[in-house]
Amino acid sequence: MIGKYAVRFSALGYVTVILVAPVALIFWRAFEHGLGPFWDAITTPNAVHALKLTLELAIVAVPLNTVFGIACAIAIVRYRMPGGGLVNAIVDLPLALSPVVVGLSLYLLYARDGWFGGWLTRHGVQVLFAYPSMLLAMLFISLPFVVREVVPVLREIGIDAEEAAATLGASAFTTFRKITLPAIRWAVTYGVVLTTARVLGEFGAVSIVSGGIAGRTQVLTQYVQASYENFDLTGAYAASVVLAGLAVATLVAMTLIKPKEERSGHRDA
Amino acid sequence: MAIETRSVTKRFGDFVALDDVSITAESGSLTALLGPSGSGKSTLLRVIAGLEVPDSGDVFISGREATALAPQKRGVGFVFQHYAPFKHMTVRENVAFALKIRRRPKAEIRARVDELLELVQLGGLGGRYPAQLSGGQRQRMALARALAPEPDVLLLDEPFGALDARVRKELRAWLRRLHEETHTTTILVTHDQEEAMEVADEIVLMAKGRVEQVGPPRELYETPANEFVMTFVGPVSRVGGAYVRPHDIEILLSPDGSDGEAMVERIVHLGFEVRVELLAADGSRLSVQLTRDEATELELVEGDVVWLRARRTRVFA
Repeated sequence: MIGKYAVRFSALGYVTVILVAPVALIFWRAFEHGLGPFWDAITTPNAVHALKLTLELAIVAVPLNTVFGIACAIAIVRYRMPGGGLVNAIVDLPLALSPVVVGLSLYLLYARDGWFGGWLTRHGVQVLFAYPSMLLAMLFISLPFVVREVVPVLREIGIDAEEAAATLGASAFTTFRKITLPAIRWAVTYGVVLTTARVLGEFGAVSIVSGGIAGRTQVLTQYVQASYENFDLTGAYAASVVLAGLAVATLVAMTLIKPKEERSGHRDA
Repeated sequence: MAIETRSVTKRFGDFVALDDVSITAESGSLTALLGPSGSGKSTLLRVIAGLEVPDSGDVFISGREATALAPQKRGVGFVFQHYAPFKHMTVRENVAFALKIRRRPKAEIRARVDELLELVQLGGLGGRYPAQLSGGQRQRMALARALAPEPDVLLLDEPFGALDARVRKELRAWLRRLHEETHTTTILVTHDQEEAMEVADEIVLMAKGRVEQVGPPRELYETPANEFVMTFVGPVSRVGGAYVRPHDIEILLSPDGSDGEAMVERIVHLGFEVRVELLAADGSRLSVQLTRDEATELELVEGDVVWLRARRTRVFA
């Protein structure tokens, strides 16, 4: 009995100190002087632009990584392709690599004297310090989540049902749509939520390639950093609250669209 | 000829799963592919279904060259050992799947599904999900699903392998009756010689990727082509250097005209049949099958010394 309570209290205490306290403090500081200053802080043109840019990037990056994530997972699990193990390992790279390093490598690739940068610059395409490089950074750092969620489920459901569908006359696409997709839909949903959260919170890679120009190439996380450095603490707290709010909204959305029976545990569909 | 394979060879890496396999199955027949695990029987079935592509050789289905044909276009129904249910669909939706993707009219689908559910005795269970069915019911659903598009050929891969012994026996008899009703050319893969003998018109016995013998069950049992067939199909004892079925050994109480001496180690009563386990003079063990009446007449007791005479022995080179 004592052991059980000891575990509970230490776990709860740890979560409180490490997670809840800092987030609660942000909320408290943001609303310290009431709703008015908070509203003023998040409706400045630069803050609105940062929020819009963040959402625009998420709207493109999340579907792209969802589609390619599912394709990657199927390629890894279903096709015995040469180098499949290598692909599987490479997909994890963004999880292991510091985002700053990702940003730096993109910078080197697309800089005027980089491998791609020279050619693109000559053809009038501006990648660095603009939307394309920011999107590339977002795509890179959020690639693994859908793949990682879908791969184990694909392995678990096996190939029997798909083969059965094929012998019943279903084309590869029909089999994917009617058999595979329904079986992996919760893994995909969870992967999408994680991808979204990761994209919204991205800072390291984006801050290297974007240049962080206020009102132009600044995402919400960079806006928080810039406000903080300019001693605009209310602005920093307010934008942080918006980020936290988006994260919470994503989590709530996932809980709501999951059917009741699956909320309690991780069960395959 | 409904199904024919010609010199089919299939390797997985260094492992030769099928080595120059040619078999035929008559239209309307029920053929069993029998063999121990690793004999290639499942691989052969998957090659016929188009789920595996052979390295060489040809497959013909209903007289049509099908070797390069996708599984979707072969007109085969396939039933998997682990049922392969579509878990997110009800029993009705599972059975209707093949008809729906063929865009048949709704009324026709409904009628056909009703008919099939009756056929596999799942009449009242159409609204259930596979998870709410027993193993035997799931397998019957899988069978109905495979039969829905009226395939030319039905392929069953160890269909009763995951079921307990009692249900397996029931389904076996039921499958034979079903086959008599539908007369769909059927190939059944099994490692259970009793199942093959009970259900099939013809048995193809395989080992290590090769066909050992083809024939009706009785022929395999009575005139096995080699040592492997003799020992795999039915029980076998050894007397001296020869193989003999346990029911072809006589137990004598005197040495006159006998083939050897043995001591009774154990007597097992199995209802009608009595199995006597013996230790022969040369140290080998064998068993003899007697009827209950024969055993009673002999008044055998464990530890008795008896003499054996083999009625029909076989020696393979």
